[in-house]
Amino acid sequence: MNKHLLSIDDLDVNDVSVLFDTAAEMHDVQRRSVKKLPALRGRTVVNLFFEDSTRTRSSFEIAGKWLSADVINVSAKGSSVSKGESLRDTVLTVAAMGVDGLVIRHGASGAAQQVSQWTEAVVINAGDGMHEHPTQALLDAYTLQRRMGTLEDKRVAIVGDLTHSRVFRSNILLLHKLGAHVTVVAPPTLMPAGVTAWSKDAGFETSYDLDEVLPDADAVMMLRVQRERMNGAYFPSAREYTVGYGLTRERLAVLKPDAPICHPGPMNRGLEIAADAADAAQSAVLDQVSAGVAIRMSVLYHLLAGEESGA
Amino acid sequence: MSLVIKGASLRGEKTADLLIRDGVIAEVSTGGGFETLVGARSSTTGESSTTEIDADGLVALPGLVDLHTHLREPGREDAETVLTGSRAAALGGFTAVLAMANTSPVTDTGEAAERIFDLGRLAGLVDVQPVGAVTRGLGGQELAELGLMARSRAKVRVFSDDGRCVHDPRVMRRALEYIRAFGGVISQHSQDPDLAGPTACCHEGELSGRLGLPGWPGIAEETIVARDVMLARHTGSRVHVAHVSTAGSVEVIRWAKAQGIDITAEVTPHHLLLTTDLLAGYDPVYKVNPPLRPDEDVAALRDALADGTIDAVATDHAPHARHDKEHAFVDAAFGMLGLETALSVVSEVMVGSGAMTWSDVARVMSQSPARIAGLDGHGGTLAVGQPANITLVDPDAMVVVDRATSASLSRNNPWHERKLTGAVVATVLRGAPTVLDGGLV
Repeated sequence: MNKHLLSIDDLDVNDVSVLFDTAAEMHDVQRRSVKKLPALRGRTVVNLFFEDSTRTRSSFEIAGKWLSADVINVSAKGSSVSKGESLRDTVLTVAAMGVDGLVIRHGASGAAQQVSQWTEAVVINAGDGMHEHPTQALLDAYTLQRRMGTLEDKRVAIVGDLTHSRVFRSNILLLHKLGAHVTVVAPPTLMPAGVTAWSKDAGFETSYDLDEVLPDADAVMMLRVQRERMNGAYFPSAREYTVGYGLTRERLAVLKPDAPICHPGPMNRGLEIAADAADAAQSAVLDQVSAGVAIRMSVLYHLLAGEESGA
Repeated sequence: MSLVIKGASLRGEKTADLLIRDGVIAEVSTGGGFETLVGARSSTTGESSTTEIDADGLVALPGLVDLHTHLREPGREDAETVLTGSRAAALGGFTAVLAMANTSPVTDTGEAAERIFDLGRLAGLVDVQPVGAVTRGLGGQELAELGLMARSRAKVRVFSDDGRCVHDPRVMRRALEYIRAFGGVISQHSQDPDLAGPTACCHEGELSGRLGLPGWPGIAEETIVARDVMLARHTGSRVHVAHVSTAGSVEVIRWAKAQGIDITAEVTPHHLLLTTDLLAGYDPVYKVNPPLRPDEDVAALRDALADGTIDAVATDHAPHARHDKEHAFVDAAFGMLGLETALSVVSEVMVGSGAMTWSDVARVMSQSPARIAGLDGHGGTLAVGQPANITLVDPDAMVVVDRATSASLSRNNPWHERKLTGAVVATVLRGAPTVLDGGLV
């Protein structure tokens, strides 16, 4: 396995399988009354978050603590430019305290990759701008695999704001690696630049028509639509978006009854996903959250347990 | 005192010896020996006052002129000063550079322009010609004191809000009309800010989509070029398109020239060679504005430079302090160094490929830029009677660029460790060598 987890591209199929196996073991630990494992005792993990996050940060925090690592949360909100300190200086300052693992969340694409060039610590990308969110993709695929047995030759639809989504970019890489056929669905204004050429290279399909894609889907992944994309900037209104691209009650009836519904959260109920869909038996949303802890335990374990302590 | 340059190939053509006296080319001899030098020897101080440069195997070009340099003084003297930028320019073979107005404070008054002009004369290595802002404080709204800058000692003729586009069509029209009174030209940073988000930082295309970086589409440049072409036709004024970066802009400029519209254009060395795929590692050294573009744009720019659609090569030398580049990619400063490497890049890309001759290089790096900027005494033909602004180039020298040895105060050098063929050996400003054997005198 590579030293860092910056992108899904850092993992091969075998790495993913190893991570999933360990995650399954960790998942069992989660159900025990005493959850603590000694694997990372004496290791220090810093959650360095340049961007607000509740679920990803707490998921990494719980994962680290259950593995007995010392977990420290550092919030560095606001761009380093506005503070007059370069990103490199911020990172070197934190790393100089004697950190073994840096879990980094940053609003800028590529930030985790840049950071990995400046520090000896293991760097785990917890979301960099619109680029990648590899642990999210791992927990999504892990959840789907547990529900469906395998992703090989399954049809997965990813629906929503693709342009601004790091979840989509990581998922497209991982689902492809695991043999799934992915179709991404969005209005043209929320498709990334150059997606036609990209989809050809990377082996996925694109569509503007959710109703055409949905009946054949074995799983569907709804992406969050940010409020600031509305009001005519990318589409005319929330109402129009829901009619075109929301997983509504009507569309739920068309979806295969056993097809899992995923959403990385937080959900905009009534916008991209109807309450009926979010709460349906086939919804995997809460499974995703619990899988998130297991996957992050697995990632922390594999990247940090073998390492000599930096202290 | 006199200077003799022996055995240089003039603009890559005939080989001759040059005698330079009092800052002027006094004689060009293909027969060996100078008539007037002999007289000078016998009558006055003799040969001790004559410096000789052995230019065997070297190409002599009229001193290079850069239409587009950022010297950062005043305001960011930690990144570059007029003196350090002048050193980099001389080493790059330049005898004149135009210093862009986006300093702090902005060059938008006659006094500010004179200050830059004087700092350049004080450094004494190249003629530093200030560019004046088009709008006050580069704000894009009110005209700067264009006339007072033109009447100042600096005699400003080129105006630009470079770094920003003169975006408001009403402002652009008025500025173009106004500068007709003194033969000015507006060098436009063509980029419609409304066609990209505020954080746009690279070329919009497949790679930006994959990397999740907000991009500028080529059309953000092309629509402004097209608009300005029509404004130039309407006002009868001159528009110069700074750092053209797309094939679409080239098409528009080609059309405009065919119509007889008074428009000129420049391309940077980096847009002739570097492509957008360098961004895959998110290294901010490759972050520049306008952004690096795909192969097909680069090919179109080379063709346009060779066929004269693009008039000039200009560096857009943009030094930045290290800490301004060590941010996340979208937050890092725009720009890259260019003065010291420009000639080598053009040699490698245009001459090495056979697309251009050295005579063409003289045109695009000296004569056309001097004409566009209205700089008397630069951009000559190496003929008798002209000011002796001369650059000597070794066309076969192999250079491996090392950012650590740069005369610039900054290190944002995208050419680091790149191998290029063709190097500046000597630079002569009005008869006085500023660079000899590739080093500052």
